[in-house]
Amino acid sequence: MIDTLRLTAEEALGLLERNDVSPGELWDAYRAAIDERDEELHCYLTLSDGPDGEGVPIALKDVIGTKGVETTAGSKILEGYVPVFDSTVAARVKEAGLPLLGKTNTDEFAMGSSTENSAYGPSHNPWDPTRVPGGSGGGSAAAVAGGLAPWALGSDTGGSIKQPAALCGIVGLRPTYGTVSRYGIVAFASSLDQVGPTTKTVRDCALLYRVIAGRDPLDSTTAEIPQVKLPEAEDLKGVRVGVPRELNEAEGIEPGVREAVERTIELCRELGAEVGETSLPRSVDYGLPCYYLIAPAEASSNLARYDGVRYGLRVSNGGYHGMVEHTRDGGFGDEPKRRIMLGAYALSAGYYEAFYGQAQKVRTVIADEHRAAFEDFDVLVSATSPTVAFPLGAKSQDPLAMYLSDLLTIPSCMAGLPGLSIPCGLSDGLPVGLQIVGRQFAENTLFRVGHALEKAIGFDYVPERLR
Amino acid sequence: MKWEPVIGLEIHVHLKTRTKMFCGCTAEYGAPENTRTCPVCLAHPGALPVPNEQAIAWSVKLGLALGCRIADRALFHRKHYFYPDLPKGYQISQYDAPLCLEGRFVVPGADGDHEIGITRAHLEEDAAKTVHVGGAGGRIGGSDYSLVDFNRGGTPLVEIVTEPDLRSAEEARRFLQLLRQTIVELGISDAEMEKGTLRADANVSVREAGETGYRTRTEIKNMNSFSFIARGIEAEIERQIAVWESGGEIVQQTYDFDPGSGALTARRTKEEADDYRYLPEPDLVPVEPPAELVERLRAEVPELPGARVRRLEGGLDFETASGLVTSGRDRLYEALVAAGADPRAAANVVMNQLAGAGVDPDAVDAAELAKLIEARESIPRGVLAEAIAASGEPGFSAERYLGEAAVTDVSELDPIIDRVLAENESQVALYRGGKEGLLGYFVGAVMRETHGKANPKVVNERVREKLGA
Repeated sequence: MIDTLRLTAEEALGLLERNDVSPGELWDAYRAAIDERDEELHCYLTLSDGPDGEGVPIALKDVIGTKGVETTAGSKILEGYVPVFDSTVAARVKEAGLPLLGKTNTDEFAMGSSTENSAYGPSHNPWDPTRVPGGSGGGSAAAVAGGLAPWALGSDTGGSIKQPAALCGIVGLRPTYGTVSRYGIVAFASSLDQVGPTTKTVRDCALLYRVIAGRDPLDSTTAEIPQVKLPEAEDLKGVRVGVPRELNEAEGIEPGVREAVERTIELCRELGAEVGETSLPRSVDYGLPCYYLIAPAEASSNLARYDGVRYGLRVSNGGYHGMVEHTRDGGFGDEPKRRIMLGAYALSAGYYEAFYGQAQKVRTVIADEHRAAFEDFDVLVSATSPTVAFPLGAKSQDPLAMYLSDLLTIPSCMAGLPGLSIPCGLSDGLPVGLQIVGRQFAENTLFRVGHALEKAIGFDYVPERLR
Repeated sequence: MKWEPVIGLEIHVHLKTRTKMFCGCTAEYGAPENTRTCPVCLAHPGALPVPNEQAIAWSVKLGLALGCRIADRALFHRKHYFYPDLPKGYQISQYDAPLCLEGRFVVPGADGDHEIGITRAHLEEDAAKTVHVGGAGGRIGGSDYSLVDFNRGGTPLVEIVTEPDLRSAEEARRFLQLLRQTIVELGISDAEMEKGTLRADANVSVREAGETGYRTRTEIKNMNSFSFIARGIEAEIERQIAVWESGGEIVQQTYDFDPGSGALTARRTKEEADDYRYLPEPDLVPVEPPAELVERLRAEVPELPGARVRRLEGGLDFETASGLVTSGRDRLYEALVAAGADPRAAANVVMNQLAGAGVDPDAVDAAELAKLIEARESIPRGVLAEAIAASGEPGFSAERYLGEAAVTDVSELDPIIDRVLAENESQVALYRGGKEGLLGYFVGAVMRETHGKANPKVVNERVREKLGA
């Protein structure tokens, strides 16, 4: 009997290697779990017909283009769109023999922090189905936490991997910008989008990162990466852990979240790390506002291709311009429309310098601040999300409150830095995530720190109500 | 009142790279519709551009030929607008950080050299081709439906923008001809206006002589040959002068030139100004041409046509020198002169006879053709024409034709001349009565009798002598 709630991907790999289970049995176990719980959790938008590989199955967020498998990005405008090509990550996953379980739910075009912006309805948190799983990659996170997939890929623009991982009590890595190809990923904000793993353990995360990372000639912004090392060490000797004041004292951090994070910082000391306070004065104050200029500006551009001419939804009405207008009006939900308007405004003649141009300059300031902090520290830690999973509907009518969910994840995204979220405890019976940010291309350091803490914390990633 | 035209050009050059600007699709003309497409040039979700290195190198080369500074760090930008021929909803182009800038291009004129400033030359992708079916005038508004062929979409284009330094329609035409010749010699484009691989729009204004500022300009589009461009600009200059002189004002406006009627038709004005919402292209890294590459390309730039016109002017008049260069025949001309041919005769043969016979100047053995040119006086005209027509053939030798020297032997010609004069007694009387223009008539008759083999110079002298007797 395979317990998909508990089995890690690494363990599953072991079962296959030792022929303890067949690839078909493993696949069937996850399909059975999906049949059992996906009606409640609504993690998947599309399910595969059968396994197309002999490895550990995987779920992909629905912004990841998959040849021959519908890819909607959670939007009506792409309903029925079946890519004619694989994204590079989908191809690498396929090449590694990992069969596709299905495509997971996401906020429309990855714009959101709860999956409530999905045109196909929200996903639910396996710890408490009345609460959100986070977003935008809530479908992938809920699938892994709920035992509906051994591991999954998400995409992160301002926190869409890390925040849902935190809210669902699992591990999520947003890699360094440029380490994982964006080719075939439905674009939201190109200078920020990055694909990464959502897994139960840090070692699973490193294993999956190893499969997908590395330079891709089809994505000019990718780079060669250092060899990925699976973490072994269970101490933190020689590691300098920085605690940025502004990230840890920001307004809106729930007391239970703060306590869990503080306990974990203390644990770092016990594991032999050198812990010190540091400061990112402008990153937190200006990170979010600047993100909400840059990301919508790029989104307004990236979403211009959905015009009804070549694929996806077409609403014919009043000639070419009428068709474009009605297609976009009918196809996009409120959040993409909001961001398209914000972004188009920020790019318009006469406003560019004041908005987009200025935000880009601030982005350089944020990167410089982080660089300075990394002169004294190897990693920077804080809570991933200021809150634990919130009830469905709690913030969906208040975009600004929703945007604040990403307050702590956005600064390092703006700086292009890698960030790992690991579960570090519970608050009111709901998981709290610790964010560990590293230098560019320092994923191995994140894996080492994450793994040592994971072992010491001993967090049980199986949701209490499902144990 | 003396009016001075002020003209600037915007030129688009289609590079003849094997593949498109940002994807691996082959860039070719005439392929069946939508067969040279892929997710990138159809803008499928997630598809990303990868720049064509060849296109970048060729643009740098063209920039160097235009005397431009090559940017250390150039950027691609997204230029946004909605149109069915633009699948991404934006064109990848360059904006405030182009690849080539601040150049100058010399246009020689009969009155000296004119330096035309090159504002910039940048790289961009072309749009797809649309056909609007039904409705009025092939426009999108009011048509029943539109069809798009994406084969052309994403092919590489260089846009060259000049300063408003051109001062006549004729100079604009000459600039374009020299530019075209430069591009062809660089081997980066066919640059054929008829095929649309070279397109030019003109910005035109006029001002009173001595005035230093610029007046409102208009843009003329849709001129697909050198002479249409000259005529279109000329027509617009005349129109503007007439407007100013009648106390009117020029309105900033775009016109289409109809070469059939010579008419300029104003395009519909838009209600709002275009706002392209330029955005630095986040999918591409900055273009930073390595210094070694730039220097290597600089060494590959041939001597520019403008300089060659000046050099040829030593032995020829400006028009001929200019004609030789812009038709790409000056290298053969120079080889002929180097082989000993008389410059004027060589220019005449190259520009008229060789061109008339459709001989490829690059296929001609200059040494052999030079022999023919030197002996042209003594070879029968028909034979010379035949020889010139054959001069581009492989292994062509002048020897055979030189053997057929014209008949100059007076003892052979005299009886024929006598017979012709005897048969035309009345004309002879008229000539002797003062109508000396009839000389050519007798010479022509003798040439016919000898089937063109007589030396016309000798016949001429002999006929004149006999008639004068």
